[in-house]
Amino acid sequence: METVLVLGATSDIGIAIARKFAAAGYNIQLAARKPEQLDAVKSDIEIRSGVSCSTHAFDAVKYDSHAAFFNGIKPDITIAVFGTMYEEEDAFNDWSLAETMINTNYTGAVSILNIAARHYTTQQRGTIIGISSVAGDRGRASKLVYGSSKAAFSAYLAGLRNKCFKDNVHVMTVKPGFVYTRMTENLKLPAPLTSTPDEVATIVYNGFKAGKNTIYVKWFWRYIMLIIKNIPEFQFKKMKL
Amino acid sequence: MEKPLTSWGRYPVVECNQESFVFTEQLEKLADRSEDFIPRGNGRSYGDSALGKRALTTLKFDKILSFDTAKGVFECQPGITLSDVLQVIVPQGWFLRVTPGTKLITVGGAVGSNVHGKNHRTEGSFSRHIIDMDVRLASNEEITCSPTQNTDLFEATCGGMGLTGMVTRVKFRLKKIETSYIRQKQIKAQNLDELLSLFDKYQHYSYTVAWIDCLTKGKNSGRGILTVGEHAAFSELIEEQKKEPLKLPSNKKLNFPFTLPAWVLNTFTVKAFNFLYYLKNYKKEMDSVVLYDPVFYTLDAINNWNRMYGKAGFVQYQFVMPLESRQGLVEILNRIGEKGMGSFLTVLKVLGKQESMISFCREGYTLALDFPLRKGVLEFLDELDEIVLKYGGRIYITKDARMKPDMLKNYPELDKFKDIVKKYNPDGKIRSAQSDRLLLTEPK
Ligand SMILES: Cc1cc2nc3c(=O)[nH]c(=O)nc-3n(C[C@H](O)[C@H](O)[C@H](O)COP(=O)(O)OP(=O)(O)OC[C@H]3O[C@@H](n4cnc5c(N)ncnc54)[C@H](O)[C@@H]3O)c2cc1C
Ligand SMILES: NC(=O)c1ccc[n+]([C@@H]2O[C@H](COP(=O)([O-])OP(=O)(O)OC[C@H]3O[C@@H](n4cnc5c(N)ncnc54)[C@H](OP(=O)(O)O)[C@@H]3O)[C@@H](O)[C@H]2O)c1
Repeated sequence: METVLVLGATSDIGIAIARKFAAAGYNIQLAARKPEQLDAVKSDIEIRSGVSCSTHAFDAVKYDSHAAFFNGIKPDITIAVFGTMYEEEDAFNDWSLAETMINTNYTGAVSILNIAARHYTTQQRGTIIGISSVAGDRGRASKLVYGSSKAAFSAYLAGLRNKCFKDNVHVMTVKPGFVYTRMTENLKLPAPLTSTPDEVATIVYNGFKAGKNTIYVKWFWRYIMLIIKNIPEFQFKKMKL
Repeated sequence: MEKPLTSWGRYPVVECNQESFVFTEQLEKLADRSEDFIPRGNGRSYGDSALGKRALTTLKFDKILSFDTAKGVFECQPGITLSDVLQVIVPQGWFLRVTPGTKLITVGGAVGSNVHGKNHRTEGSFSRHIIDMDVRLASNEEITCSPTQNTDLFEATCGGMGLTGMVTRVKFRLKKIETSYIRQKQIKAQNLDELLSLFDKYQHYSYTVAWIDCLTKGKNSGRGILTVGEHAAFSELIEEQKKEPLKLPSNKKLNFPFTLPAWVLNTFTVKAFNFLYYLKNYKKEMDSVVLYDPVFYTLDAINNWNRMYGKAGFVQYQFVMPLESRQGLVEILNRIGEKGMGSFLTVLKVLGKQESMISFCREGYTLALDFPLRKGVLEFLDELDEIVLKYGGRIYITKDARMKPDMLKNYPELDKFKDIVKKYNPDGKIRSAQSDRLLLTEPK
């Protein structure tokens, strides 16, 4: 059976995705900054699904380590889930926070996924899935740096899809709206617009099976963002969003 | 952030800050903060045991740590639901030794309330099958306890309603099964006397439970249907079932789509329901071999069935009467019949001997009744409390939302329990709305 690498496997969404693919029979590689945290997730996945699961150290901003890391495990499917979000006001005033967001969500993602894409195009087979965000669909004040890092990531994934298509490599972009995770536990989220990590995982898995290019979670976010994208800028800039 | 929260009975509503954790380090940080908290599982307790200013929810701390398929030993974090456990163990030929009437509770909740099933006489409560477990105390220190190690902590944690600390790991024994089917027999009884003698007659069965119609008065008072069952052997299955003897029940469910207005469930509809339920068993005795779900988890088939009782919610009243106090059972049924405060579904079980410090279970008959909250109900339940006390009975704490601290006096080791709670939770940092009400923790 094929192997799936989950980058950022300590996140709620990452764990849900790993469980979902494991339940479908895929072997799992879990990668995170503190892989020792993942022992329980590993035993859980192995016992629930009877697949094999391994844990690996991975830091998105340690670019130099990426090639050795990836070439040591060579998964069939690579899913980038990691990401960082700080309070925008703090990041506006503190460059180190803004820089970490940019470096994690964009630079680090490009670094590791370029390596994965080179491997997949050479062997003419493979899949890359990136968890971006609806926040990247249009720049706005409340998501200033986070949103622009996700916008860059989405643009990168679209370009990569275009570049790798001829080599039989598929790239899927996932844009969640609100998700109930530890990242958002203390925000008041509108229930009908918010999904659970398990829902995200199921939609990602089904999208992967169906060979989708870009999926929104939940689906109606596509239309919400369509409206938001179409508000003329002279009006948009005056809005509080 | 504080938000209104309830447990299964949707009463009471408490402003509660719910926080979750996936890794031990996160729990450590949450528990280090100075605010009080109470451990919370899936909120299937009915009242206020898992409610407080702050609840640390285990649902994301739900990993399986080991499963010895040869010996039938399972080890996990507390947030996993029994439903998820069954999903893994049944296909390997194992089952839970003790399960309550819903599988949508967590293993931590099973320990916290020391739950019992339809086989209490033979298998005892959930904790009898625990090999060992870890508990994170109020000091944020984690220690291992078992029937032979740190025994005071072990005994007070089983059924201790979370007050000794957060259970963070449980290792327990499973039961070997040949098939996932139950061979069941259902027998109709015309009144309480007949029903209770049927319990005696069929006591050699592993599982026994009765539904009883509590609105019929006079000579048919307490009529009902006794269900008894055994795990079916492979040879007892029909050919179709033999193809997949360890089949899992389907997860498809109905959903109770909205909250019913309170008036829909009135004496008349409840009477009609119970009448039809009684009639559905057209024969005196019926035998069948069925998957375990409908036998153990009848109500789980309908998501959100608690909405049936209306916006104000309901309380479940579960008490146990000593075997020799049958009269107490009769008195309570008569009172309910007179008042016409009927419960939609009333369940009667026989419990075996008491085996742990603070557990509800003791030898006797236990009856569980639902009462939608409306005018006069709380006062009426106070009256029933007096009967329960008079006959030496007790109320199941995990279902309770309203009783007075006095009602705990028939728990014989209450003081010992309180002392142990004090030892491990000296400043009452771990507390719930219920522990405050029942004075299990000292008021602040
Ligand atoms: C339809 C239905 C049928 C039921 N049938 C039965 C039955 O047949 N027999 C029976 O015994 N009970 C029965 N119950 C009650 C239920 O089994 C208990 O209330 C159980 O404790 C609920 O578990 P939970 O995970 O939802 O815990 P919660 O309701 O969230 O918490 C219950 C208590 O356990 C404590 N707790 C939870 N997790 C932990 C932890 N990790 N460490 C320490 N303490 C913890 C909480 O502090 C609280 O005091 C039934 C409930 C329902 C809704
Ligand atoms: N929650 C939402 O509403 C929402 C909405 C849209 C999109 N998303 C996206 O979904 C993804 C998952 O988020 P989540 O909500 O599940 O949040 P989360 O639990 O906070 O997850 C963030 C993950 O990123 C990892 N990470 C951060 N920096 C890293 C680095 N330098 N190297 C490696 N891993 C790093 C974290 O690992 P550590 O454990 O090591 O910190 C953690 O696993 C993110 O990309 C997020 O942007 C979330």
